[in-house]
Amino acid sequence: MDNAYEALADEGEEKHWAFGTGFTAALTGVDRALPAGVERADLVVYCLMLGDDALIHAQRLAEWCSRAPELEEDVALANIALDLLGQARLLLSRAAEVEDAGRDEDALAYLRDEREFRNVRLVEIDCGPGPGGDFATTIARLLVFSSWRLAVFQRLTASADPVLAAVAAKGIKELAYHRDHAAQWVLRLAGGTDYSRERMIAGLTQVWAYTDELFTTHPVETALGGVAVDPADVRAEVAEVLDTVLSAAELDRPEVTQVAALAGRAGRDGVHTQALGHLLAELQHVARSMPGAVW
Amino acid sequence: MVSAREIVSAVVDPELPVLTLADLGVLRDVREEGGRVVVTITPTYSGCPALDEMRADLRADLVEAGYSDIEIRTVLHPAWTTDWISDAGLRKLADHGIAPPQRIGPRAVGPIPLTLEPPARRVPCPRCGSVDTTELSRFGSTACKALRRCEDCREPFEQIKEL
Repeated sequence: MDNAYEALADEGEEKHWAFGTGFTAALTGVDRALPAGVERADLVVYCLMLGDDALIHAQRLAEWCSRAPELEEDVALANIALDLLGQARLLLSRAAEVEDAGRDEDALAYLRDEREFRNVRLVEIDCGPGPGGDFATTIARLLVFSSWRLAVFQRLTASADPVLAAVAAKGIKELAYHRDHAAQWVLRLAGGTDYSRERMIAGLTQVWAYTDELFTTHPVETALGGVAVDPADVRAEVAEVLDTVLSAAELDRPEVTQVAALAGRAGRDGVHTQALGHLLAELQHVARSMPGAVW
Repeated sequence: MVSAREIVSAVVDPELPVLTLADLGVLRDVREEGGRVVVTITPTYSGCPALDEMRADLRADLVEAGYSDIEIRTVLHPAWTTDWISDAGLRKLADHGIAPPQRIGPRAVGPIPLTLEPPARRVPCPRCGSVDTTELSRFGSTACKALRRCEDCREPFEQIKEL
């Protein structure tokens, strides 16, 4: 049988490619009209909210690469991270373009400070692989996050913003795979040994304290009627999905006190846990210490 | 001069070089507008890093064929689906040891149902044809592939998963 990848090994082939800088802007050639009646500043913030969720979660998932419980899982988590990074690139590019202040997707990812990030705290908390985290906690977060984002994106496909609608339509297919992957791990860990079950319960309990923020309507989401999705609308649907998984795994929904916001402000307003600063230090280090570096 | 459509139709995918971009269904349109060639492509997955390379390859082959005024557009909508892989593309994949995706057809509207078990459908081994195969991982060497193993010939193989 022919090797499908033989052509990639041709000597002297100039078309080989490698990763580096110099990627074309993510929205090159995409229809990017601004919907009528939309306040630019609001749309920028909304794109950052959804884009930062994806960027920060992608970074957390990528931390597992080479440290997951099995090789296939290294690949799976890296693939999921790559999907989210792709969504982040499109959304940050949209934010940069609508903002029209000379920043691009890289400037938004690498040169913003912690207080300017709009992600929910759920995606930034440290769920491992380092101390204080666990693979089961990472899976619990992936289940909650992808179930929530899938429900939001399904509604976002009807957005009046053509870019958001298109990003969402692509994203839902990816997110459905992410959610199912996490759900299957929850069953596997909960139905494994007493020890794996205990860790799955601990993981769910740890991330559950950050779930309320996902369903709290932000003023920008109210202002952008027809463009944004009100996350309060997906609460029941997401709860049903999570309950289905938990009941199949014979687990109870965790009863935990939610981590409080600071005077009503949390991740969406740039008020984060201390974990985000550490994450950004790693994410932004090279770009900030060698401004403009290319390779 | 060879037509732009002919040139563009021969450009292969940078990660699956047995398929052309046309076979894969990412090539959406080629037109010549008063001396300018406008090519429209769409990404498979949001994070597909091959998109830039596709753009560069399309441009390079058109330049080599004598075209100079070239625009490569990207569309995100409608979103790519494996149903757009041509019949010839499906055959080429199978011939090269990669299990092709099944046709999905029109999708139901409404929430996407949760899948708690790996899909029960039988994916035949592209080497020996046995249907006794197991999913090793839903996520393979690239975003679009899953990894499976044949329980008869014991060979692992890749599968393009339905999207």
